Amino acid sequence: MRNISAKVLLALALSVAAVLLPSETVFAQQPTPSDDQVNAIAKQLYCPVCENIPLDVCPTQACAQWRDLIREKLAAGWNEQQIKDYFVDQYGDRVLGTPPVRGLNWLAYLIPPVAILAGAYVLFMALRSRQNPTEQPDSTMLVPPPADEYVSRLEEEVKKR
Amino acid sequence: MVANIGYGALLITFLISIYGAVAAVYGARRNSSTWVDSARNATLLTFPLLTISSLSIIYLLVSGSYSVEYVSSVTSNSMPLYLRVTALWGGQAGSLVFWSWLMSAFASAVTLRKWNRDREFLPWVILVSLVTLAFFLILIIFVENPFVRIWITPMGSVSTAMFQPAGTSLFTPTDGQGLNPLLRHPGMIIHPPMLYLGFVSFVIPFAFAFAALVTGRTDDRWIRVTRRWTLVAWLFLSLGLLLGGRWAYDVLGWGGYWGWDPVEIAAFMPWLTGTAFLHSVMIQEKRGLLKHWNMVLVILTYDLVIFGTFLTRSGVLSSVHAFAQSAIGPLFFGFIALTFAVSLGLLVRRWKELKSTGYMTSVFSREAFFLANNWLFMIILVVCFLGVTFPVLTEALGFVGQRIPALADVFTGQKVTFGPEWYERITAPFFAGLLFLMGIAPLSAWKHSTLKTLGRGAWKPFIASLLVLVIVFFIGVRHWAALLGFWLAALTASITLFEFWRATRARSHAHGENLLLALWNLAGRNRRRYGGYVIHLGVVLMAIGIIGIEVFQKQTQGTIAQGEQLALGDYSIRYDSLAVFDTDDGRNVARAVISVYRDGKYLGELYPRRDYYYESQQPMTIAGVRSTMEDDFYVLLVDWEPVSTAGATFRVYHNPLVNWLWLGGFVFILGTMVAAWPDKDPELVVERGRQVIAAAQVN
Repeated sequence: MRNISAKVLLALALSVAAVLLPSETVFAQQPTPSDDQVNAIAKQLYCPVCENIPLDVCPTQACAQWRDLIREKLAAGWNEQQIKDYFVDQYGDRVLGTPPVRGLNWLAYLIPPVAILAGAYVLFMALRSRQNPTEQPDSTMLVPPPADEYVSRLEEEVKKR
Repeated sequence: MVANIGYGALLITFLISIYGAVAAVYGARRNSSTWVDSARNATLLTFPLLTISSLSIIYLLVSGSYSVEYVSSVTSNSMPLYLRVTALWGGQAGSLVFWSWLMSAFASAVTLRKWNRDREFLPWVILVSLVTLAFFLILIIFVENPFVRIWITPMGSVSTAMFQPAGTSLFTPTDGQGLNPLLRHPGMIIHPPMLYLGFVSFVIPFAFAFAALVTGRTDDRWIRVTRRWTLVAWLFLSLGLLLGGRWAYDVLGWGGYWGWDPVEIAAFMPWLTGTAFLHSVMIQEKRGLLKHWNMVLVILTYDLVIFGTFLTRSGVLSSVHAFAQSAIGPLFFGFIALTFAVSLGLLVRRWKELKSTGYMTSVFSREAFFLANNWLFMIILVVCFLGVTFPVLTEALGFVGQRIPALADVFTGQKVTFGPEWYERITAPFFAGLLFLMGIAPLSAWKHSTLKTLGRGAWKPFIASLLVLVIVFFIGVRHWAALLGFWLAALTASITLFEFWRATRARSHAHGENLLLALWNLAGRNRRRYGGYVIHLGVVLMAIGIIGIEVFQKQTQGTIAQGEQLALGDYSIRYDSLAVFDTDDGRNVARAVISVYRDGKYLGELYPRRDYYYESQQPMTIAGVRSTMEDDFYVLLVDWEPVSTAGATFRVYHNPLVNWLWLGGFVFILGTMVAAWPDKDPELVVERGRQVIAAAQVN
């Protein structure tokens, strides 16, 4: 840790020196904001053109430009949320790694807990019926009954064989 | 010429498989073994025919016949021989042929087994295999034909067709586009065949289940027959997933092994139901429970196999519109719907005959734990299925919003993305739950178990796991999820090892064998059980690796000049030099030399590089990795200044414990092989089984 803070101090001192003493600059230490700051935000965004690749690791030229855009916005003083909102405005919800909770997307957050509870209920019923041999202690309730006319028709056809 | 032979073989195979399917059903109805035998011969014929077809493609690929569209799209002059051969599964059309070829191999193998004890299954197994095969042949012949050639008119306009259109001549490009560079990796060369083998071999258990449903032979014969098939299918699918993970880690350049990409999930879903099935069939075998549920699982697995192929092959993932443009998507959709509806219809018809013959007796019994395991697997499946299909649905349902303005806010038609965060947030507790169940289930007995009997077996391993927890805590781990994960891993490992120890010692006492021999004989006598335990140990090792990389991964990125350093934790790298050069095989390589230090101590050099493939105009990032059991230090070359004395941008990852994941994968596969290893004398086992059945009937 001491090592790092020493380096940070050194970097700070150097940058202060660089500002105070304008000379022919050597190689730029780190752009401001740093790559890590940019990537921290880019990681939460998905490249609008490539499939399912987080923006921080996407190797295409377009994505490099989008990362530069994040850097510009950060340099202009935008915060993380503003930048994310900007990307959503420009390219739609798909740039977010987790769908925003609105409209139809509610389902994406509702279905898992419902499935969990439904499964738990089936499990509970299966285990509860253990003392009662007449009840069927398996998870057959997971299969819907053949209310469908199509299914019963298929059934008929198979029966005819 | 060769293209015509290959195409002809495809057409004949298609006709033969249709004939075989019809003959099988006719033979079964008429109770005519002549027709069933004919169907069996038809099945056996599909294999040599598809071999001819596959060899034709390989010949075209190797000889560089670029007039064939498929050849020019996946090979190029600079590609070595082994890549040209494996380009058979490097593109859509070829991989479908490869899929079919494997399917015909498995169908032939299964018809060659001894059928004397379950002859009534034969026609229906043939039906399922051949209908599946015929479906894939329809896709190949009518939609994705690998033998389509390129034709050119005197005016210079180019078109593709199987046979020469009027007024055109064959057009042969001088070079092809070459295989996608991402696929030119050893992992990617073996990964698809493994995955396909897993997919295809899961068709066989389904075929037997289907046969059992049609014939009404509802004992667990179908499960006993397919036990080994299922394990082999599972082995290949697991291997395919592991290799895919390793490939992603090596090639995709994001320092990870699993990104919850729909393509990955497509292969993961049948694995989930397959794993649930492997456990749940044991309940039926031992206790006569869950007969319906096992049918549901095997039907789901089959349709998820087809669905997985559909997801990766139809373009539906990139957009609904790509799906609508090609006939391949609707065909898949229809086939899945049909097979699912027919199978479920049959299941419902046999519902009463599949009643359980036993009942649950204890919450702490083995079967209760297996049931809970099935519940967890199903939840993870539901999450995966939702994550994969939901974006497609939101996009497809956009028209509702367009038609009805009041609903425009709900049905926006906007595609959404489900990233790792969404999946992991929901599934993490369930993976932890599976790890816990995996630990304690081996302690429970079938039928009767109480908390007391569990506790008696568990307390020693429990104390051992607490010790591990304390050690991990003192090493400096404070992250609660990691502590919980490590504790669960320790608990599972110690209980499993304890089980090995208890049984080995007991056998050693009883038979007077030394411990090593006792262990060997023990595992040999009950390979499924002890192979399963080895698999569990593999999962524990993998869990350690996954916790390591998921919780403790660190990364940084920075641009440094030559001689400068970039630090990450204890590590730092120094940028030494960079060389840019062309290679013989059509790449432009930018290769950096960096020195790695840890706590100021020099560890060695790494060579992260960026390969640019001229033909396909694709860059590829190859990481420089220093790999130990403790951690991986993973460096990517992100960018560099043309003047080599200037700076270069590196992205550096510190991935603790990630090698435990691969080690665990190795142990996992080893355990599966132990479990699936063929018996020395299958007939003997069958004979023994027959005696047991006879005895049961007498009683």
